[in-house]
Amino acid sequence: MLLISCPYCGPRAEIEFRCGGESHIIRPGPHDAVSDERWGDYLFFRQNPKGEHLERWFHAAGCRQWFNVARDTVTHRIIAIYLMGEPKPAAEIST
Amino acid sequence: MSLLREGVSGQQGWEPAWHDEPVRRSYDAIVIGGGGHGLATAYYLAKNHGLTNVAVLERGWIGGGNTGRNTTIIRSNYFFPESAAFYDFSLKLYEGLSKDLNYNIMFSQRGMWVLAHDRHGVEMARRSVNAMLLNGIDAEYHDAESVHRHIPGLNPNPRFPILGAMNQPRGGSARHDAVAWGYARAASHLGVHIIQNCEVTGFIIRNGRVQGVETSLGEIHAPRTGMAVAGHSSVIARKAGLRLPISSYALQAFVSEPVKPCLDTVLLSPATGVYVSQSDKGELVLGAGLDLYLSYAQRGNLPWLEKAAAGLVELFPQFSRMRFLRQWAGIVDVVHDSSPIIGRTDVDGFYINCGWGTGGFKAIPAGGWCLAHVMATGESHPLAQAFGLERFRTGALVDEASASGIAH
Repeated sequence: MLLISCPYCGPRAEIEFRCGGESHIIRPGPHDAVSDERWGDYLFFRQNPKGEHLERWFHAAGCRQWFNVARDTVTHRIIAIYLMGEPKPAAEIST
Repeated sequence: MSLLREGVSGQQGWEPAWHDEPVRRSYDAIVIGGGGHGLATAYYLAKNHGLTNVAVLERGWIGGGNTGRNTTIIRSNYFFPESAAFYDFSLKLYEGLSKDLNYNIMFSQRGMWVLAHDRHGVEMARRSVNAMLLNGIDAEYHDAESVHRHIPGLNPNPRFPILGAMNQPRGGSARHDAVAWGYARAASHLGVHIIQNCEVTGFIIRNGRVQGVETSLGEIHAPRTGMAVAGHSSVIARKAGLRLPISSYALQAFVSEPVKPCLDTVLLSPATGVYVSQSDKGELVLGAGLDLYLSYAQRGNLPWLEKAAAGLVELFPQFSRMRFLRQWAGIVDVVHDSSPIIGRTDVDGFYINCGWGTGGFKAIPAGGWCLAHVMATGESHPLAQAFGLERFRTGALVDEASASGIAH
């Protein structure tokens, strides 16, 4: 089970949170210049790495704030936690 | 007869179910993944299309992946005509599978019940029954009184009242190991090579066409390669330069200590978040939902175990003193519309079978049938035409996630 350190509330159990999937996805545009392929890629295709992954989490049962987590999908080790809008953390993150 | 003979001769005369063949350098077709779908693909390549020079490459051992990590439920209670036709074809293949493979898969059509605990659940159940009947699949709606009459032991005074249920009488469960072993044995008898402990590490691609794979046992060549490695589909596909619209999540299940026969149906209760059936050994087999964050770790966690246990005790208070015997998790391929992906890819000679989400076991015969068809003929099988990769570009999704009440 994950122990997640919410940047606003401190360490809390996984059941208080919801995972919002991959971070740093940029919506393509302008909307009338986006091909079907690129739009489908934006909507449906994800990195889904076996290893380090940058993802968004939501503290649903706490402060109800979103933040970013760098986590290993095999070991479930949390490598870094950083705020929305902050750049990707250091070079150890491969994605 | 052999049971009797071996019983009096010390069980010494059994033959291996399939042959351990040395790997050849070249085949007519390669199937990556020795789970249910991969073995079924190899079997139907040989049986339906006469391609017997086929290798199944399995990184671990036969029956060691998701085939051995599911809750063995078989049903075809889907909403859209495409899904209904596909999954019912699979159910029909299951009905004849013990005979076809000459191997007892212990398919038991004990009925698959989905309980409704509120007004919306009742509406969904009635809608599902109507959709299934329109698709030519048998289904029944039962009111509360009828549910309690058919399933003795259900909590007579629950916190979440049972207002009704839908039942698919032809649904049920089968022995998951027997499905894998039966397909492996039957494919092996037709000449298919089943290579265990052989990890695919890369693809041999020339002129944009897959010519074979690189493995831990060296290069193996073939003009066509199929992939059925649910859980790791994006990992393997990436080695061929292909991205997939898949997210990998852990789905966990639990088995109780064995008890005398007390539950003769498969029961699903979406509102209390649990599904349960009783195995032939007497264990209660129950499952919960997905951990909705990416995971390749084949282990579950405590919150879902508690939730499944709470749901079970809500349905059957008398099970509250039973002990969990085992717990496990398998990694599943979740796609946005909760429908499979079967067919060609943008890489010539590379065919995929993935995206089964939480329900790959019931689809094993049809999934193998359709992957074998597209590998042998180059054309998508009519039952799989709606399930191509191109739907994520065209938007023609078969959205069972919202239609048939699948939880993800």
